[in-house]
Amino acid sequence: MQGTIAGRQLLQPRSLGDAVKMLRDEGPIVPLAGCTDLYVALNFGTLRPTRFLNLWNLDALRGIETRGTALRIGALTTFTEIITSAAIRRRLPMLAAAAREVGGVQIQNRGTIGGNVANASPAGDTLPVLLAADAVVVLRSAAGTRRVPMTAFYTGYRQSVARPDELIVGFEIPALRGRQWFRKVGTRAAQAIAKIVVAGVWDTARADARPRLAMGSVAPTPLRLSQTERALGSGASLAEAQEILQREIAPIDDLRSTAEYRRQVAANLLGQFCSVRR
Amino acid sequence: MRLTVNRKTVTVKAHPLTRLLDVLREECGLTGTKEGCGEGECGACTVLVDGEAVNSCLVPVAQVQGTRITTIEGLGGRHPLQSAFVEHGGAQCGICTPGMIMAAASLGPRPSLDDIRTGLAGNLCRCTGYAAIYRSVQRAGKR
Repeated sequence: MQGTIAGRQLLQPRSLGDAVKMLRDEGPIVPLAGCTDLYVALNFGTLRPTRFLNLWNLDALRGIETRGTALRIGALTTFTEIITSAAIRRRLPMLAAAAREVGGVQIQNRGTIGGNVANASPAGDTLPVLLAADAVVVLRSAAGTRRVPMTAFYTGYRQSVARPDELIVGFEIPALRGRQWFRKVGTRAAQAIAKIVVAGVWDTARADARPRLAMGSVAPTPLRLSQTERALGSGASLAEAQEILQREIAPIDDLRSTAEYRRQVAANLLGQFCSVRR
Repeated sequence: MRLTVNRKTVTVKAHPLTRLLDVLREECGLTGTKEGCGEGECGACTVLVDGEAVNSCLVPVAQVQGTRITTIEGLGGRHPLQSAFVEHGGAQCGICTPGMIMAAASLGPRPSLDDIRTGLAGNLCRCTGYAAIYRSVQRAGKR
């Protein structure tokens, strides 16, 4: 290990109430969930924060439940729990598909959906799913609860509207109609960070229905592709929609791929999404 | 801090943020668990926490108080998986082997080849291909 734990501190809240009070009174503190991202940085010696909040034992943040027509997923729910949940399989199968592509089993057993969102990588596997599903992020602080649509959550590269005293406690997902679709393009089936990741919903039973589509690894934040959606919903051809898509995304060259490759794959994926629809 | 490792209760002095891997190797003297990449890619440090495979290089020890931890030493040496890896050439240099076996141990009895491929996708072997490893896990399931 290149990093060190000397001089670092772990706060151990006994309840969610405790946790948000610690965030308010003793900040800045970085919440720790499954540690599958933060401990990579610790091991490499690039983890800068020194004070942490252990969320792992806060069972109030775990679990998947259906409330009326909505689905509620606790922030500490692991990818394994998502994969094996009957409610997810029935109502949000594209999230199970995304969770299956996060790392190997060892990562799926510890990594959490709240951690995936908080880590705010533009390549996060579940983020396009939450965007396409019109999910709402539930934030809690000592002052109360607020709900932010996923589409308004990220403000820039690894930046979000969440304040330092706020904790992501869960996600609310409205009932979805239509076919759900998820694809991740990476170097290898497991253990690869996405070159491109995409999720979509399209209710083909309704002629006037507008598709919902979101993509990761093509911009500083995961993107909801609202202009491309609008074009497809109003009957544009695939070629026209692909042209709009190219204006909507802003991929870069990095160690995983090139901007040019990502543009080509994004266009191909849009073609797949449209053909799955038929 | 008290932990349950391989069915024994142990008291450790480690800082709560210490990696489970370091506590096992340095405080408990259980050096069967290996450090590979230190980033959750290779699975060499796989141990079981309440029967689930985890990368012990990514788990702070504070998060495993009150759980049952099982390392390669906890399988006792004559576990069907250990014997099958020896008999069917599942081990070469040996660095990935404890992690491979622990990941395989977290699968149910008689896993299909598909289950084995998915279950071991987080474990990398740099000596050879994976055929002998998969065969060893399949043969162990048939014992």
